[in-house]
Amino acid sequence: MTEPKFLTYQDVSSVIIRFVGDSGDGMQLTGTQFTDTSAVYGNDISTLPDYPSEIRAPSGTLAGVSGFQVNFSSEDILTPGDAPQVLVAMNPAALKTNLGDLELGGTLIVNTDAFTEGNLKKAGYPHNPLEDGSLAGYQIHLVPLTSLNRTALHQIEGLANKDIDRCQNFFALGITFWLFDRPLTTSLKWIQDKFGKQPKIAQANKLALQAGYDYAENASLFQTRYQIKPAHLPAGTYRKITGNEALAYGLVTVASKGNKPILYCSYPITPATDILHTLAALKHFNVRTFQAEDEIAAIGAAIGAAFGGAFAVSGTSGPGIALKSEGINLAVALELPLVVVDVQRGGPSTGLPTKPEQADLLQVMFGRHGESPVPVIAPATPSDCFNVAIEAFRLAVRAMTPVFILSDGYLANSAEPWLIPNPDDIAPIVVEHATAPNSETGFLPYLRDPETLSRPWAIPGTPGLEHRIGGLAKQPMTGNVSYHPTENEQMNHERAAKIAKLADFIPEQTLIGPPSGDVLVVSWGSTFGAVHSAITQLHATGRAISHAHLRYLNPFPRNLGAMMSGFERIIVPEMNLGQMLFILRSHCTSHRNFIPISKIQGRPFTIRELVEKLTAILEERP
Amino acid sequence: MTELTRKDFVSDQIVRWCPGCGDYAILAQVQKLLPELGIPREKIVFVSGIGCSSRFPYYMNNYGVHSIHGRAVPIATGLKMAHPDLNVWVITGDGDGLSIGGNHFIHLMRRNVDLNIILFNNRIYGLTKGQYSPTSPQGLKTKSSPMGSLEQPLNPIAIAIGAEATFVARTIDGHLKHMAQVLERAAKHKGTSFVEIYQNCVIFNDGAFKYAADAATRPDNVVELEHGKPLIFGKKRDKGVRLNGLEPEIVSLATVSEKEILVHNETAPPSLAYLFSQMHHPHLPEPIGVFRSLERPTYDAQVQAQVDTAIQLKGQGDLHKLFYDADTWQVPQV
Ligand code: SF4
Repeated sequence: MTEPKFLTYQDVSSVIIRFVGDSGDGMQLTGTQFTDTSAVYGNDISTLPDYPSEIRAPSGTLAGVSGFQVNFSSEDILTPGDAPQVLVAMNPAALKTNLGDLELGGTLIVNTDAFTEGNLKKAGYPHNPLEDGSLAGYQIHLVPLTSLNRTALHQIEGLANKDIDRCQNFFALGITFWLFDRPLTTSLKWIQDKFGKQPKIAQANKLALQAGYDYAENASLFQTRYQIKPAHLPAGTYRKITGNEALAYGLVTVASKGNKPILYCSYPITPATDILHTLAALKHFNVRTFQAEDEIAAIGAAIGAAFGGAFAVSGTSGPGIALKSEGINLAVALELPLVVVDVQRGGPSTGLPTKPEQADLLQVMFGRHGESPVPVIAPATPSDCFNVAIEAFRLAVRAMTPVFILSDGYLANSAEPWLIPNPDDIAPIVVEHATAPNSETGFLPYLRDPETLSRPWAIPGTPGLEHRIGGLAKQPMTGNVSYHPTENEQMNHERAAKIAKLADFIPEQTLIGPPSGDVLVVSWGSTFGAVHSAITQLHATGRAISHAHLRYLNPFPRNLGAMMSGFERIIVPEMNLGQMLFILRSHCTSHRNFIPISKIQGRPFTIRELVEKLTAILEERP
Repeated sequence: MTELTRKDFVSDQIVRWCPGCGDYAILAQVQKLLPELGIPREKIVFVSGIGCSSRFPYYMNNYGVHSIHGRAVPIATGLKMAHPDLNVWVITGDGDGLSIGGNHFIHLMRRNVDLNIILFNNRIYGLTKGQYSPTSPQGLKTKSSPMGSLEQPLNPIAIAIGAEATFVARTIDGHLKHMAQVLERAAKHKGTSFVEIYQNCVIFNDGAFKYAADAATRPDNVVELEHGKPLIFGKKRDKGVRLNGLEPEIVSLATVSEKEILVHNETAPPSLAYLFSQMHHPHLPEPIGVFRSLERPTYDAQVQAQVDTAIQLKGQGDLHKLFYDADTWQVPQV
């Protein structure tokens, strides 16, 4: 081995790398492997997969490009990063669609073998960008990756070129492992576990990884090798987790902590489907999954299961919520506890199935006929989906109500380190089913608890409590059908008061920064990472700005109105055209000065754009 | 446990169907049947959708849900998955079960959830005051079809057979003895038991089933299916149904030997039951009784079995193990 002439080691605190290629190139896997290795190495990580909704768009086309971005750091990070500093492009289409995001002066690793005339044409390049000087602003590394990989794997007998080429993503991974001084062990172990039963494939992938690594070392490809030290996260044992996994694990925890079966009812829909997949494999936790014939059947089955005394969940995305609205309203009228998960995606209509948006807020708040108050909570980070799943059930059972969880496509697929909790430290979910009549005249299904205002949960199979409930207007207490004007009005008030009363149960809103002043930024859901990071940067430059991130969207924390009154201007960044702002405005009518920061591009906010926009707003009033 | 009687299943709510509605007879028959099943009252649940028939659960004194239009089936399915030991009944109608809830109907049949579904077929929308329904005959003049309905009617029995239902039967509101038998068999069947009941709506479609319900004309217009028996009918039981190629035809037993008459077999391949489902008045006698009855594992039992198997194979779920089932790393105290 010849040591490259000017090889230097450089310590950097964090790097953002993006792997891009054809959807058949295995970029999601490559990104995941890079993430796993970095996580196990001890870096803080945050990921952003970006894949087309087509399963396999024609190869080499712009529509077929799939990408995976990883931000890995020796410091605490909260987002997958704004612009990549390193771009690994497996073909011209991938280069074309992603180059605009790469930082100027950034590192570009290109598979030159894929820059054929045909591929250039499919990507719409009139000239080969590798030859026309258009990439002069980047540190470009030209690697004939396909042929190098073929040469390296040539020695394995009986492997077709097709199988060999399938390993070239591991060759690329090997190059990046060398560049960032990562050990190969985690990926080698993964390959062995995955392909143990196909020894040739296992051998080929391992060889490709090693060959890529060795190539980077021997070919003097790079002058600098980067080192990113482990991050100083709070002490404990960590693993990597995505939002959808965390949500599924939260639900499993609910079943275990509440000592009840959980029934997850769902119709496959992007980006929620992974929750169904995860839970379907966890039946030994007393989990039942129901893949319904449609979204409506899914919520129906959840209602039936809740009536039967199970923890019932229906998971979907925005279009599914629209179909479930009538069913959710039945749960509101029946006053049964269940959880509806909305992993939001871009809309309206089929919209952007694989991209995130926060534009279902008004739908879940108001998108049902009649007076239909439903609690809404939103996770802030991928791992927070775990906590929110548990919290949703606490609220549902306490108030005998459906509860919405508003996740989104970014949280769903993005991964971060998760400080693994001790399950014994998680409080049990206490459910008290009615077992005896609650009045002298027998069992009154709508007799309310004076503290929570919720009705008893009596389940079929309990002798002496036989009762009927339904979607028609009811008489208070008995629940018998009643169209009586004041009885109907009373029931509407009771249901509203019951949900409003949850504000006494949930924690008060906290903020960072001064408790009063010029500007309060109010955010919710998945924007937490970007907003929090932007605020931290602004604080570092001495700006006075405060930030409150909402988890409870309905009801709001009891102190939120007063908190907002302490500020002159309220800035609301969200991935929609101002939905939370609309609600806040009616919550705090004395306040007039609301400023939206909207983004509706199917992409999360970047820290940089938030810093710029917030700075501009701050500077309007020096 | 004290013996239950019919009265134990009568709720305190006033029944609000129109006087003379066929629903009354069905309610009475079900209330009579339930005490005979030996199932504790608290284990019985009635789930309905929307429509005249769907008021049914309010009049029963056990657990019940009166839900939303077309959705009784998924609600009952979820209930049964959560609580397989309940005795669940779905009450629906031709609009509720076959129009707005048509999708759920077929999926219930193929899944074979262990519940009983009774479809009150009056071939009209009653609660919304008289529009044609998916089972209305072509040409029926209603408020929404003043020049006659254009639509080929749906055949619920044929759909159930096509969706691989394990128990398919038809009876008539006015034929109490027959209804009692069919409902009892439905109740005792393991799996989805589908019963279509010809139900007279006195207000909007009076007499739609007169040919079958009227004791005087019934023997000539209806053939009662009985397992292993030939299809013989008529007041004097002098007519039979014979297969001519693929077409059933009426023959006189005076001229044709009984050996040539079609024999019913509830467990035969579905083509036989389907053939019966296509026999319509006035060309052929309309079959009532059990078209098909066979055993197949139920959905809810299999759901439970998968949970049990998973526990057997992997042990009762352990959260600690689950959380740690990934590449983990330690961040030390500093
Ligand atoms: S409208 Fe018809 S089906 Fe409805 S209750 Fe009256 S008679 Fe019965």
